[in-house]
Amino acid sequence: MADVQLRRRPAHAELSLVADERSVRLEGIEGVSRFAVRGDPEAATKIGQVFGVALPMEPWRSATDGSRAALWQGPDEWLLLAGEGDAEAITAQVAAAMGETPYSWVDVSHRNTGLLLSGPHAADVLNAGCPLPLDLAAFPVGKCTRTLLGKAEIVLWRTGETEFRIEVWRSFAAYVAGVIAEAAREHMV
Amino acid sequence: MSKAAFRTATGGRIDRSHPVRFTFDGKSYTGFKGDTLASALLANGVHLMGRSFKYHRPRGLISAGSEEPNALVGVIGANGRETPNLRATQVEIYDGLVAESQNRWPSLAFDANAVNDLFWPLLPAGFYYKTFMGPRFLGATRAWKAIYEPLIRQAAGLGRAPKSPDPDRYANRFTHCDVLVIGGGLAGLSAALAASESGAEVILCDEQAEFGGSLLADTRSRIDGQTAAEWLEKALATLSSRPNVRLLPRTQAFGYYADNFVALQERVTDHIASPSPNLPRERLWQVRAKEVVIATGAIERPLVFPDNDRPGVVLADAARVFVNRYGVRPGNRAVVFTACDTAYEAALALHEAGVDVRLIADLRSAPSGPAVEAVRRAGIKVVGSASIVGTSGRLRVRSVHLGMIDGDGKVVPYEHVDCDLLLMSGGWTPSVHLHSQSRGKVVWNEEAQAFLPGAHVQRERSAGACRGLFGLAAALADGAAAGNDAAEKAGFSPASTASHAVEEMAHAYTGFLGACPHHRDPARVKAFIDFQNDVTAKDLKLATREGFRSIEHVKRFTTTGMATDQGKTSNVNALSIVSDSIAKPLPAVGLTTFRPPYTPVTFGALAGDRRGELFDPVRTTPIHSWAVERGAVFEDVSLWKRARYFPRAGEDMHAAVSRECRTVRASVGLLDASTLGKIEVVGPDAAEFLERMYVNPWKKLQPGRCRYGLLLNEAGYVIDDGVAARIASDRFHVTTTTGGAPRVLAMMEDYLQTEFPELKVWLTSTTEQWAVVAVQGPKAREVLEPLVEGIDLSREAFPHMAMREGHICGVPTRLFRVSFTGELGYEVNVPGDYGRAVWEAIWANVEKVGGCAYGTEAMHVLRAEKGFIIVGQETDGTVTPDDLGLNWAIGKNKPDFVGKRSLTRPDLLKSDRKQLVGLITEDPKTVLEEGAQITREVEPAKGTPALGHVTSAYWSDAAGRSIALALVASGRARVGETLYVPMPDKAIAVTVTSPVFYDPKGERLDG
Repeated sequence: MADVQLRRRPAHAELSLVADERSVRLEGIEGVSRFAVRGDPEAATKIGQVFGVALPMEPWRSATDGSRAALWQGPDEWLLLAGEGDAEAITAQVAAAMGETPYSWVDVSHRNTGLLLSGPHAADVLNAGCPLPLDLAAFPVGKCTRTLLGKAEIVLWRTGETEFRIEVWRSFAAYVAGVIAEAAREHMV
Repeated sequence: MSKAAFRTATGGRIDRSHPVRFTFDGKSYTGFKGDTLASALLANGVHLMGRSFKYHRPRGLISAGSEEPNALVGVIGANGRETPNLRATQVEIYDGLVAESQNRWPSLAFDANAVNDLFWPLLPAGFYYKTFMGPRFLGATRAWKAIYEPLIRQAAGLGRAPKSPDPDRYANRFTHCDVLVIGGGLAGLSAALAASESGAEVILCDEQAEFGGSLLADTRSRIDGQTAAEWLEKALATLSSRPNVRLLPRTQAFGYYADNFVALQERVTDHIASPSPNLPRERLWQVRAKEVVIATGAIERPLVFPDNDRPGVVLADAARVFVNRYGVRPGNRAVVFTACDTAYEAALALHEAGVDVRLIADLRSAPSGPAVEAVRRAGIKVVGSASIVGTSGRLRVRSVHLGMIDGDGKVVPYEHVDCDLLLMSGGWTPSVHLHSQSRGKVVWNEEAQAFLPGAHVQRERSAGACRGLFGLAAALADGAAAGNDAAEKAGFSPASTASHAVEEMAHAYTGFLGACPHHRDPARVKAFIDFQNDVTAKDLKLATREGFRSIEHVKRFTTTGMATDQGKTSNVNALSIVSDSIAKPLPAVGLTTFRPPYTPVTFGALAGDRRGELFDPVRTTPIHSWAVERGAVFEDVSLWKRARYFPRAGEDMHAAVSRECRTVRASVGLLDASTLGKIEVVGPDAAEFLERMYVNPWKKLQPGRCRYGLLLNEAGYVIDDGVAARIASDRFHVTTTTGGAPRVLAMMEDYLQTEFPELKVWLTSTTEQWAVVAVQGPKAREVLEPLVEGIDLSREAFPHMAMREGHICGVPTRLFRVSFTGELGYEVNVPGDYGRAVWEAIWANVEKVGGCAYGTEAMHVLRAEKGFIIVGQETDGTVTPDDLGLNWAIGKNKPDFVGKRSLTRPDLLKSDRKQLVGLITEDPKTVLEEGAQITREVEPAKGTPALGHVTSAYWSDAAGRSIALALVASGRARVGETLYVPMPDKAIAVTVTSPVFYDPKGERLDG
């Protein structure tokens, strides 16, 4: 059966996502490798060198280079994003470079679904369920954090003035899309 | 269209070019755009708007705002939604509005329950507490529950609670700002202008449809040479033009919580005839403000005099608002009863609108000042040292009875004056509600005769009338100062305050507290204090006579201030009467607590989008859609939907589950086990960490092998279980129960951070990384073999409780050889996005060999046949490993693990602890009820403790009979004994057995 080539079917594939040019548009993001990295700053620094994007040491910061991104999640935790084809190579390179340095590297590519929320009302719609201040001063482009959207935990990452990337555990994707669609309705009057 | 008889010819802020038709109690009326239901009814000469709560007395409105206690109505929306208890003074009319009066039968004008009013002497405060107590032979509370409460509930209450589901949508928004200004009167506008000029982000909210507060009814004053209306228009234009200002009309700030968190309720569509279905009816704003300015104004106080509740008796300033803002004359012939100058301005406004103001009765001996002079110049008679000692009229006031206060303070009846309108003003009560809610102190101010904001706890300040600074000039200046202060404290540099030229009538803001003097028998008159709850001065005096001293007790005994208006118009008068009655100074009596909400808030606004499909997240697995397509019946397991069984045509649950169980044992079955919790434990100390968390030994477990782990809490009780595989020396794949996944991860993280920070090990939830297909049954190997690559599935190479990594259908897998059925079994872990495809590939092979998909119900039966426990079913948080017969799992040589020390507590070592056993019924067809109690005798004496209870009970095809698991005291020593399970009809005899009903030697594990 080695010739079987299964295609990925991310959780958002089964959802109808809100798409309205005047308010917000929610799209699924395909073809992503994700790694949950945990360890001490020393390990994080080494991993950043191999990964090609330094792992941020400051809270709520992200760093990107091309398709690769490193998102601060906690004092000893990062979420790394990369292209789909890179997963095995990166994992092997990191393992080779780390030697005896203790760290945790877990492939969570399929744990999350990536959603892109964009449009003039993106921040307002998120504030229907997210208690954080999302104006550009308080939540500038590049800021990322683990937070709540209604009753679901999400990773929220501002990738543009009117664009946010949401990383959510796959089984919560339908709920997150539902909260966003409900909040967006009032902008479609 | 009938002309509204009481509409003025010109003036007001209503839009006379937009007539609006509405109905009240089925009768059609016309008002104008900009009218409230109250103003439109008054324009049509309707004063009777409700019946009082207890005595069902006819009532009209007394106010023009949210403090209204009487004019509560039900509004029926276009979509059928009913909203009870709305204040007519706040309901904006639109074409087609349907409103109904409440608390009356058969009609508002003739209410049968008004007989309560005749029995009034029999219904004093505390009547219910004292009367509805017995008879004693029924027991202390039975009569109340069975007889009195239902009767009283039938007779009491205001509006009807709607019976159908709420058809509306409600929205929620979290927001932050530098300065939140609560109240859009002059002080609030001034504060918002000042604060926003500095660049601060400002939110200004007001409960009314229009900003402006008192300016909306002010036709006399001038600010900077402009009329109040002109100044207001300019101020609002300025605020609207500033991008850093958000204006929220129709928005009440109803709750002030910790850390400057203020909850606002915005009424979005209630004033619109046919709103877009995309708009929410209301929006809850959860505001976190750096600084808050409270500019909530003041509420005019009624005077407490006999028969002060007839329709047509209204607060003086409310009458002014109806004339000046809504162009409505509230009557034709008015008498004014006052202790405050502002009522004179109201009298002037009415006089100018053509109302015959026949007399102003002032409680003060020598009223004077510009307003008094202006009234006298207008030819209106003013009488000082006067009191009103009674009124006449049934559905509307017809005359007032005037009394004169002589030099000794005694009242002498004087004359009757005919009228259809009586204005009253006892002065003004600053609205300190939100300051108090913020935990700020309120302090009695002797000069103002009012409670004013005192010490602050949060970052808020009050401005204008709500802190006793009355008049436009004061509001402008104080508002600006507050706005500047708030902006500065929020980190901005405000400009210096501009000075304004204000022309206004100067008033003495005096007032009167408590019961007005009269010559009548106090026991025979009704002088209302709390209009909504029908509390009179007599009731309060009775309460103090009965020994109540604390205002909190008086409040609860008399219910004063406990209605939906929370005593906005009554609390200070009530305090004053209590203070007089017990001869204690008013501040020493104290003030009852101000609690949110300021005015009632709908449940919808609080629930927001959390209803229906968004009530909770509904978690589904990657394989869920396949099960839906196959007609699976689902059950909720924590937030997950799990397929419970897959019924085929004509099958009920019992038949489907039986077939699924038989198929698994005879051939092979597939179960979606993706919901199992999974935690990747990684780091050089991974084994050491698990060694400390779980009861089992882990260090010697070889990579590629699995172990059943048992997790205890500190008390030694089982809280979770699951199989863990060692992937590498520094990596474990730990599984947990479906419902336990979040708390197990949290517990582990907690221990790592607080107890074992030295361990080099980290945790990552991988529950959703892996889709899991359990393949169980003698043909499991045969089904999987063609799909798997890089793993030798043979018995020798891949034994039970082993784990191998390889590929299935070309995608990576962690393949576990485990069994929760007792059959040969595998659990195929594949990355989630491939879950459904891999399931379908295995399914194709399963179908070929006559296998089936099975659900959680069959899973439960299959594991019970083997005596495998389910945490949460066989355990309830008080069950130890030994109780379950799982002592074999404990690593005996380990120095410690969570719960170890507790396992040697004497109570956990007792020989009569409840232990896991099997039960078989005498009649093999009888399936016991889970949760049923177990006894030694058929009919134990009352009070005999049960020996235990049934934890699981099923029909078992494999055993050919019913089976059950149970926790029974000293159960293992009772094997063979007959016990009883008492049920309502009869006791069922059972025999205690081993908990393993099928393949006790485990011979089927290898297929």
